[in-house]
Amino acid sequence: MTRFEYAPAPESREIARLRPSYGIFVDGRFRDGTGSAVKTINPATEEPLAEVAEAGPSDVDDAVRAARRAYADVWSSMPGRERAKYLFRIARAIQERSRELAVLESLDNGKPIKESRDVDIPLAAAHFFYYAGWADKLEHAGFGPNPRPIGVAGQIIPWNFPLLMAAWKIAPALATGNTVVLKPAETTPLTALTLAEIIAEADLPPGVVNILAGGPEIGEALVRHDGIDKIAFTGSTEVGKIIQRTTAGTGKRVSLELGGKAANIIFEDAALDQAVEGIVNGIFFNQGHVCCAGSRLLVQESVADEVVSALRLRLTTLRLGDPLDKNTDIGAINSAAQLARIRELTDSGEAEGATRWSPPCDIPERGYWFAPTVFTGVSQANRIAREEIFGPVLSVITFRTPAEAVEKANNTPYGLSAGIWTEKGSRILWFAQQLRAGVVWANTFNRFDPGSPFGGYKESGFGREGGRHGLETYLAH
Amino acid sequence: MTATLPEPRTDLRDVTRDDPSLRRFLHGLAGVDEVGAQARAASLFTRSIKTTAKAWAIDMAIRMVDLTTLEGADTPGKIRSLCAKAMRPDPGDPSVPPVAAVCVYPDLVGIAVETLRGSPVTVASVATAFPSGRASLATKLSDVREAVASGAGEIDMVIDRGAFLAGRYLQVFDEVVAVKAACGSAHLKVILETGELVTLDNVRRASWLALLAGGDFVKTSTGKVSPAATPPVALVMLQAVRDFAAATGDVRGVKLAGGIRSSKDAVRYLVMVNEVAGDRWLGPDLFRFGASSLLNDLLLQRHKLATGAYDGADYVSVD
Repeated sequence: MTRFEYAPAPESREIARLRPSYGIFVDGRFRDGTGSAVKTINPATEEPLAEVAEAGPSDVDDAVRAARRAYADVWSSMPGRERAKYLFRIARAIQERSRELAVLESLDNGKPIKESRDVDIPLAAAHFFYYAGWADKLEHAGFGPNPRPIGVAGQIIPWNFPLLMAAWKIAPALATGNTVVLKPAETTPLTALTLAEIIAEADLPPGVVNILAGGPEIGEALVRHDGIDKIAFTGSTEVGKIIQRTTAGTGKRVSLELGGKAANIIFEDAALDQAVEGIVNGIFFNQGHVCCAGSRLLVQESVADEVVSALRLRLTTLRLGDPLDKNTDIGAINSAAQLARIRELTDSGEAEGATRWSPPCDIPERGYWFAPTVFTGVSQANRIAREEIFGPVLSVITFRTPAEAVEKANNTPYGLSAGIWTEKGSRILWFAQQLRAGVVWANTFNRFDPGSPFGGYKESGFGREGGRHGLETYLAH
Repeated sequence: MTATLPEPRTDLRDVTRDDPSLRRFLHGLAGVDEVGAQARAASLFTRSIKTTAKAWAIDMAIRMVDLTTLEGADTPGKIRSLCAKAMRPDPGDPSVPPVAAVCVYPDLVGIAVETLRGSPVTVASVATAFPSGRASLATKLSDVREAVASGAGEIDMVIDRGAFLAGRYLQVFDEVVAVKAACGSAHLKVILETGELVTLDNVRRASWLALLAGGDFVKTSTGKVSPAATPPVALVMLQAVRDFAAATGDVRGVKLAGGIRSSKDAVRYLVMVNEVAGDRWLGPDLFRFGASSLLNDLLLQRHKLATGAYDGADYVSVD
């Protein structure tokens, strides 16, 4: 061997403790749903992982009824310090089972084990720890002297961060005294159902958390259900609009965290090596399946060639392949449907005249894969500059002046996140005020912390998750 | 990568014409964000190097070691023992490759040269009033000439950190140029003593300064100051040689010294070399570890990989 070839370093699949079948979790008990039995597959190999007996309409009724009963009888009147104990217990159990959850997440979702191990699972535990701390301090959170819970929350989450999104939804709802019916995404139900085990083992009172595996029709049933007081949804803008229309006039509270087309803005005076890392982390983290991904690179024209060539060099070191290998940087695309959407949009990029580039990389024969892709020569009018691709695809756009950068960054129906790279502090502050984005990262990207609120402007949604702000969407005040 | 990165094969002689030109050039280099550099270094250190890759990396690391003793109490006997170990790190296993060099003080170069005669191991000598560099240029140059005359093939010099931190860049540059001239055909490694430069911006500027002045290697530390080699410092220096090569076509090396004691860390640094500078730098001609105890851990880990059994410290020689 004359070159440094990294030998395979796979995490063992056995650690995931996969079971042949999974059901739903209602009123503190596991049972098969009355809907259809579907197979959840490993997107890296297309092999079935397990069968899931999904929920049917009557299960939704049961779950909402159980949640209502738990709300009225136990949870809403339990002192915050007691609710906190359960949340701390769940947080600790997530940590204790972190390796199992990480492997399971990578199997079901396709994301690299280094991300599920170092980001998803630790952050999920951190969210429970964080909101456990708030449970007995709600009167000091700035929402009045006696903030009250809302009732039963219907929560619908996406497939890109399955366990982490469940934590984002469940932890603040429980801390504030609400009960929940949560629906994980159809392609990634397994970690949420394992979280249900943790919740059962934590002796949470039956009905406080109910988890219904199922497809869009179960989500719709939740949104339409009379027994639901609040809908929290993370997913596409298209579905967000449907939810908004459906709930109009019903009195249901709604919070939506939707799509994005974030600008990652590099000025000529930036720390360029670190900016290149920020570009990579911004768009190739989790295969670009990130609503706040930095999918539009706005780079000052004077350094554009230099940045793009450094970026290309860097991308040649990315390792695409087996999500369970500890050295994998780019895992599998979550589903055939998502892969088709990425292909359709990237084809349109070429058809519209942008220049496409990918590093040389071997694509496995089976499974859903897409090589990291960079488009240069992109105009603001191209679909790849306007539509959310939700894949490892970067569109490079140049600018000359700060004003032009602001105009281009804000020229999108979305407004979830943005990044700015400059060594000039005053410019960072000025920019953050100009950008219509819920999160603005300065000299970093895709950094998450339970103490920091997250959410969008415009068609990226409304309501904030995380931090003190994240309590508000679950409190009547 | 720099904000003012010249086109490949650019003639950089102009930037060292006078102090203002050199200052403009060094201060025009792109800044380094400390948090970002640390995060990048930490993420490279999470690579998992196992089985065949680990065996390859351990042998490569052994070949990159500058086996070093720089004590006031060094004796001719200790130097001979060190040289024997450098040529044949594991007396019981001829498949273990020799290290790159032994590194000693100038007055002991002759003994090392004599002991290593006929072997591929070269003799490196620290010089220029190592480790502080606090002496007149004449004294530093005579230190270098003595080491070279005694047969040293490599000279490890220290830069004048006081002048660098005061912004007298051309003075530092001129000294390196003078030392390079005094080296003759000996290779010159320029020790930046990054623990005294403190910021990564300074590390980047000092690296470029040393490369512009003709240093064959940039080296982190003397080993006498803490912190010595750290992951972000190594990252920035590897970026410097990568970018210098891209700009000028001249390929120079990096030596990390001080504080690298475990095989695990050595292998992690090789990952960094591989992914930051490129695999062209994965050889003793362009990358070195200055170390004393690291070699023993590499030998123990090598044996563990080959046999499955960990010997323990009593089975390797203590120098």
